[in-house]
Amino acid sequence: MEIVLALAIGILTGSGVWLLLRPRTFQVVIGLSLLSYAVNLFIFVMGWVRGGVAPFTEGGPAVDPARFADPLPQALVLTAIVISFAMTALLLVVLLAARGLTGTDHVDGREPEE
Amino acid sequence: MSWNDHLVVLPVVLPLAVGAAMLLLNESRHALKAAMSFASIVALIGAAVALLGAADSQPVRVYPLGGWPAPFGIVLVADRLSALMVLLAAVLALAALAFSLARWHRAGPRFHSLLQFMLVGLNGAFLTGDLFNLFVFFELLLAASYALTLHGSGTARVRASLHYIAINLTASLLFLIGAALIYGVTGTLNMADLAMRIPGTASADVVLLEAGAAILGVAFLVKAGMWPLGFWLPATYAAASAPAAALFAILSKVGVYAVLRLWLLFFGGAVGNELLLYGGMATLAFGLIGVLASQALGRLAGFSLIVSSGTLLAVIGTGEAAATGAALYYLVVSTLGVSALFLLLELVERSREPGADILAVTAAAFLGADEEEQEPPEEVGVAIPAAMALLGLSFACCGLLVAGLPPLPGFVAKVAVLGALLAPEPVPPSAWALLALLSLSGLAAIIAMGRAGVRIFWATQRSVPRVRVIEMAPVALLLGLCFALTVAAGPAMRYMQDTAQALYSPRAYIEGVLGR
Repeated sequence: MEIVLALAIGILTGSGVWLLLRPRTFQVVIGLSLLSYAVNLFIFVMGWVRGGVAPFTEGGPAVDPARFADPLPQALVLTAIVISFAMTALLLVVLLAARGLTGTDHVDGREPEE
Repeated sequence: MSWNDHLVVLPVVLPLAVGAAMLLLNESRHALKAAMSFASIVALIGAAVALLGAADSQPVRVYPLGGWPAPFGIVLVADRLSALMVLLAAVLALAALAFSLARWHRAGPRFHSLLQFMLVGLNGAFLTGDLFNLFVFFELLLAASYALTLHGSGTARVRASLHYIAINLTASLLFLIGAALIYGVTGTLNMADLAMRIPGTASADVVLLEAGAAILGVAFLVKAGMWPLGFWLPATYAAASAPAAALFAILSKVGVYAVLRLWLLFFGGAVGNELLLYGGMATLAFGLIGVLASQALGRLAGFSLIVSSGTLLAVIGTGEAAATGAALYYLVVSTLGVSALFLLLELVERSREPGADILAVTAAAFLGADEEEQEPPEEVGVAIPAAMALLGLSFACCGLLVAGLPPLPGFVAKVAVLGALLAPEPVPPSAWALLALLSLSGLAAIIAMGRAGVRIFWATQRSVPRVRVIEMAPVALLLGLCFALTVAAGPAMRYMQDTAQALYSPRAYIEGVLGR
């Protein structure tokens, strides 16, 4: 399980960084989105990935708390998701404004000279 | 809990409530919004002064949000440094607000709400005692700053803020990675609890912890504009509207604040100080060259801000409590000075291209604005006589302040910094290098400001700008505060030294928060 998550985070980060460095604004937005998915997964993994334990126990024998995944990073991820979602939306608006005002989708607002 | 205890949460709650309430008001009710905004900021200044005044009797005030005790709940902590920064933010906001009343607050929608939300983010970041909460407040102030950069619209602003947003979003992701790593190693996010647990980290985890702290540090240093992470700063600040740029002068200080607070709390200044010292010196050199090379006045002010960041980081990196105290005094003075400079530049530019700024302002209202907003905004207030002489005088004051020449407090700050640098026996070579760079940066600033001043004020062809009292008053307020800081340099410096001592011996902070 860990290796799958680690690979996923690595691939997302790699693709995100590559796209972030591309010259077109849309690629930058997608790159930032991929990076934020990678970071969200990363925070999630910080709470450990464990299976086979019921999330709640009622009555029954007490379960060793060390067998549970830490719930706090999961709460942090929720906050991070909301914030990065809102920021991506804001960046999209600025992207559209830049496209409209400069007439190009290059990040510098003008086409590079050949 | 008495009312006095709630003073700590007031700087966060009040602007949030006022800003949200103003969203409900119609966009055309400028006077009402301005009055609400003004009342809120004046109340903030009052609260900050009260916090500052109580710092001697009660150095660490802790406010558990929702009544949950630390380290389980999130706490707000007001100590000397927090109170000082909250006051500085409120003063800059007052100046920016007064300046905007002449015309800028009509140049785009929701200016007053954004200003208040920015204050929420700033005050929250200064007051919070929780690492993840710091991230949330950072995002809040960044979101407001993105919108304020765009305030007034126009191609240059949209282009600059595209870079600004992309860079800061990336920095925020780094912040998250760093915070997650630190949490993964230590199992807590409360800053005081972290400070307790970090010395006891298992040796296998130290590398991971330090990597997390370094990634976190990169996020803060992007904000502080350290070379090579600060290349975006001059372009963005030069493109922003004058009141927004004046408020942004404290944005880079948020990065410096976070470094100062967390670095000293977590590692006691023992890890990575060379990086801060030499990085700060590189920033100083970069800013120095930039100041000399700048043609446009906005970029000149932006590079002055980089010089100020570089000075702060380098002096903090020396790891001396006395030098840090002097650096805090320099922080306040340089922030006030650069902020006044940003405001002044817009007034000065007016004499060079008559009408150009008015066009820019009206062009601003085009994007998605209502019909009535496209009318040229009227100017409010009385025009002052002898505008050129006053502008020239203020410009000269700003120049002296930024360059650090007497009789303004920039000089006091530099002397204090140099005195602290040369105090240890023997003086380390890095201190001599820093001394040389500091002197050179002053020289560069005076050359650049002198050149700009000659071009503006001794030009043969120029029109006398129409300057309103309401636009001149904030500049006078900021410069007047600087004069007051010269006169009261003794008590101010004592406060800063106490602050630095408290930062270097964080036991009181930790015990105050954890209650043991």
